[in-house]
Amino acid sequence: MIRGDGRRARVLFCNAGAEQCGIRTGMPLAAARVLAGGLLVHGLDSKAAQEALCGLADWAYQFSSRVSLCPPYALLLEVQGSLSLFGGRTALLKRLRSGLVALGYEARLAAAPTPLAALILARCGGGRMVEARHELVAALAPLPIPVLDWEPALLERLEGMGVRRLGDLLRLPRDGLARRLGQQSLLYLDRMLGRCPDPLVLYQPAAVFRRRLPLVAEVEQAQALLFVLQRLVLELCGWLQGRGAGVQSFTVRLLHHERRDTRLRIGMRRAGRDAGQFTVLLREHLQRLVLEKPVIAVELQAVQPVRLDARSMDLFRSADARERIDLLDCLRARLGEEAVQGISAIAEHRPEYAWSYSEPGRSRSDSREQVRPLWLLAVPRQLETREGRPYWRGPLKLQAGRERIESGWWDGRDVARDYFVATSPSGSRYWIYRELTGERRWYLQGVFE
Amino acid sequence: MNLDSLLQRPDVWRGGRVSAATATVSSGFDELDALLAGGWPQGALTELIMPRQGIGGLRLLTPALARLSCEQRWICWVAPPHIPYAPALASAGVDLSRVLLVHPKARQDGLWAVEQSLRSGNCGAVLAWPTLEDSVILRRLQLAAEVGDAIGFLFRSQRCVRRPSPAALRLQLESGTDGRLSVSILKRRGGRAAGTVQVDTSLQHGSLALHSPAPTAPGYTQPHWQ
Repeated sequence: MIRGDGRRARVLFCNAGAEQCGIRTGMPLAAARVLAGGLLVHGLDSKAAQEALCGLADWAYQFSSRVSLCPPYALLLEVQGSLSLFGGRTALLKRLRSGLVALGYEARLAAAPTPLAALILARCGGGRMVEARHELVAALAPLPIPVLDWEPALLERLEGMGVRRLGDLLRLPRDGLARRLGQQSLLYLDRMLGRCPDPLVLYQPAAVFRRRLPLVAEVEQAQALLFVLQRLVLELCGWLQGRGAGVQSFTVRLLHHERRDTRLRIGMRRAGRDAGQFTVLLREHLQRLVLEKPVIAVELQAVQPVRLDARSMDLFRSADARERIDLLDCLRARLGEEAVQGISAIAEHRPEYAWSYSEPGRSRSDSREQVRPLWLLAVPRQLETREGRPYWRGPLKLQAGRERIESGWWDGRDVARDYFVATSPSGSRYWIYRELTGERRWYLQGVFE
Repeated sequence: MNLDSLLQRPDVWRGGRVSAATATVSSGFDELDALLAGGWPQGALTELIMPRQGIGGLRLLTPALARLSCEQRWICWVAPPHIPYAPALASAGVDLSRVLLVHPKARQDGLWAVEQSLRSGNCGAVLAWPTLEDSVILRRLQLAAEVGDAIGFLFRSQRCVRRPSPAALRLQLESGTDGRLSVSILKRRGGRAAGTVQVDTSLQHGSLALHSPAPTAPGYTQPHWQ
């Protein structure tokens, strides 16, 4: 990856293979080409890089509320205030690193008392931590000059002066430096060493979460999308964490060529920000999905974050996402919303209207003390009569006591029936009724199970 | 190591009695609790084998379901053969707000839902009606019930009686005398498979005759059969 063009082009990043050939960040492209033939050189797609960086800043907001963008490829986090929250510097860096790996990024992390020093240390490999300001000069002095992200012309001038390392530069007299490199460079060095403040523009996290990932190859199997979407879910959860918020639903858009996109809405009973839970629900949704067209890009949106009580989050801290996940959400994700219901009892004379489906957990229970069977047939079954008696797997014997139900004339669904408990020869008990009007037929409506 | 401490070891089973560690939920019927050494085994499958519908198999469960519904966990019914009638459940003392009905479209989804529900830890009891062909996955369901500490009640047809089963408890239900339900143990984990009790399930929802309104409605005539 290079930055700048023509003769000015310099190496911005290189992979491990290139490093083995001796190629380093900041090196002129021409020099790199001498070290290794057949280099694959890429320019920086600045728009994509900026988007990715903003996404990362949203995610990083969970670790610090003071996040700054350093385009094109760096992020600065002020973590002094967060250290106790995350269990110290090492623990925090570890969490950052594993989080970034999960998001699919290769990152170089460094920590230092000043933003510029941290940037420089990260740029030349990362993994270094400088705790106190007085240790800065010693840590920076051995580093090669090209680690400074200065204008290529300035770097060339330094090379011409025989300045190879930062230590050489810092030993030069200040007034000479100001004259030959300009006041800006002097300010830079002062900020790097913490001799003067370095005010940063803080990143303002987005109010809604919307992130799109183009796919390298078209995907035809819905389940194959889980892997990419998982990455976006992690970003979403980081973003929510930073805001102390959760969502009760999020939307996945699958984009196709020349066709309207496919949308999935993943809803939950309770707002949350558990990546494991989100992923399980997403998997169930994707399992049900049959793609009509291949997918070229995926997008994840969450528009209504709600504040989450920190204490309520602790209840859900368990090792296994499957244990944490709400059963209802899980069942509905796979079987569909309507396949999972609660029931209510309703004060109503007509037996078929004395119950209804309701939202699970929100049942009404207006019932009377009456003889009612535990099973109700979805549709009453007409019974034949033999020798004038209702017959169902044998002649039915009526138990003493009947209940007359006449009701519903006001809504046109009136009933006029006599209900009985009937016993079959084998000992099964049924709830049957006889119409009081018309042909006075017998029906089976319930089973006393 | 003395005998007492040896007997305390979880890997030592004593014949003829259930190990004291097995948690149970009272069935609400004293004679049945005595037979089951406490009640329905928790975190396990119980199979109820019935020759036909309408003999009171569900009534056998309602006192326990009522008790379990007081906990903040679901009573989950997966693919019931009919509509569980809310007024009857409510008057049996079941908290309707803990009742979850699951109607999967495909059979395979039904087994999945049973397993998820058992395993989730969100369910006190899961009621299901697996078919003969589903026997192979019962082992998975038993494990799921253990993980989620749920009682899995499986209603099975008479044809399943000769099939081996991993369920902790298998009961044969039959209509007994005087409208009672006859309950026999076919298998009980850690205990002897023996014993039959007659349970009066009708008492649990009041005497049928007592609750019927007196025939005083005007124009009422005794139904005539001829």
